[in-house]
Amino acid sequence: MVEWQPVILSLKVASISVVFVFFLGVLSAYIMRSINIPGKIALESLFTLPLVLPPVVIGFLLLVLIGKQGPVGIFLKNYFDTQIIFTPAAAVLAGIVVSFPLMYQSTKAAFESIDKTLEDAARTLGASEWRVFWTVTIPLSWPGLVSGLVLSFARTLGEFGATIMIAGNIPGKTQTIPLAIYFATESNDLVTAGMYVIIISVVTFSIIFGLNQWKGRKC
Amino acid sequence: MLTVDIKKKLCDFTLNISFTVENKTLVLFGPSGCGKTTILRCIAGLLTPDEGLILSNGQTFYCSQSTTDLPPRKRNVSYMFQDFALFPHMNVKHNIWYGVKTHNQQANQLYEKLIALLKIEHLPHRSIHQLSGGEKQRVAMARALMAEPQILLLDEPLSALDTQSRYELQDELKKLQQIWNIPFILVTHSPEEARALGSEVLFLHQGQQMPPSWNINE
Repeated sequence: MVEWQPVILSLKVASISVVFVFFLGVLSAYIMRSINIPGKIALESLFTLPLVLPPVVIGFLLLVLIGKQGPVGIFLKNYFDTQIIFTPAAAVLAGIVVSFPLMYQSTKAAFESIDKTLEDAARTLGASEWRVFWTVTIPLSWPGLVSGLVLSFARTLGEFGATIMIAGNIPGKTQTIPLAIYFATESNDLVTAGMYVIIISVVTFSIIFGLNQWKGRKC
Repeated sequence: MLTVDIKKKLCDFTLNISFTVENKTLVLFGPSGCGKTTILRCIAGLLTPDEGLILSNGQTFYCSQSTTDLPPRKRNVSYMFQDFALFPHMNVKHNIWYGVKTHNQQANQLYEKLIALLKIEHLPHRSIHQLSGGEKQRVAMARALMAEPQILLLDEPLSALDTQSRYELQDELKKLQQIWNIPFILVTHSPEEARALGSEVLFLHQGQQMPPSWNINE
């Protein structure tokens, strides 16, 4: 029997995650582009790490951080009297971490593709760095940013490994579509699992199709 | 008046240049890769010299001794790039107005005057992709002057144009310099252009200033 809660939760988690991922990805790509510090390559490698590490490893590391005995977990408990482990917030956090490299890489590529002369032209016309960023850099890299957003959204929607480690599988609370598929299959409820598979496939296909159509129109 | 006395180490040689220019057109003439564009970028504040001084009308743009280095936006120097660097996501009008600090009646009058002088009254709502090379040059010129600069830098402004447009725009550049009465510093490797446009010509070879008779006829 298909429940709509995992579908709604998945969409909510992915939507909230991409908002954070958008700002974090754009900010870090812009800073990395503007500064030249020792260890920059190591930092860039660290940003990309969640893309290549198994999601379960990321889940484990997050569990160590935000678990009841983890430094972030203890901090949240002591100062805010709250915990995010095994809550939807943990699913959002997992989504942010696993999709961040996609947004970062897309933004970085988009920034690199901009003709630097255009930004220099804006500077010589009296624009501050802030104005150059909003009126030249962002509009010209917009297609790359949208690609990053869409890929991040789709990646978060399909996230399983890290989510199950730190958000768990609590039906009605933290159960997202991938978790619902896994546990329905494990209970031999292939009809329900199949329905979830169809739903997530249609949603992700529609997103990617929409993106490609938008890009096609822009070319 | 602009005074430039700078040194900058480049890949193959050290740029070492010193000149003063009044309100006229100074042409920096020399072969490709001799440091002409580097000089323009240093004046605009897009590059920092290793040492020296850049002064304009009593204002210090750069001074290695007092470690002054004004950012480009505070120099009020317009730069017309070789490929014009028009913003492709804005139409002609938005490009021209980009550098305007205060939108008032005076700015409106300047805009009307510029588009009439440069014969681009029919272009304001066109996208940049729809412009010819000559039209792009005129729009870039309008954008540069609309910012009311105290110096205008032009990096091979006519190199992308056909012969007919080049002759027309040479005359217009001279006329605009006379009307605006600010220093125009123009980079070229074409002897014809240097002769036609320059009130003064500065000959460059591998970052060094050469005697005036040096190879303009080559």
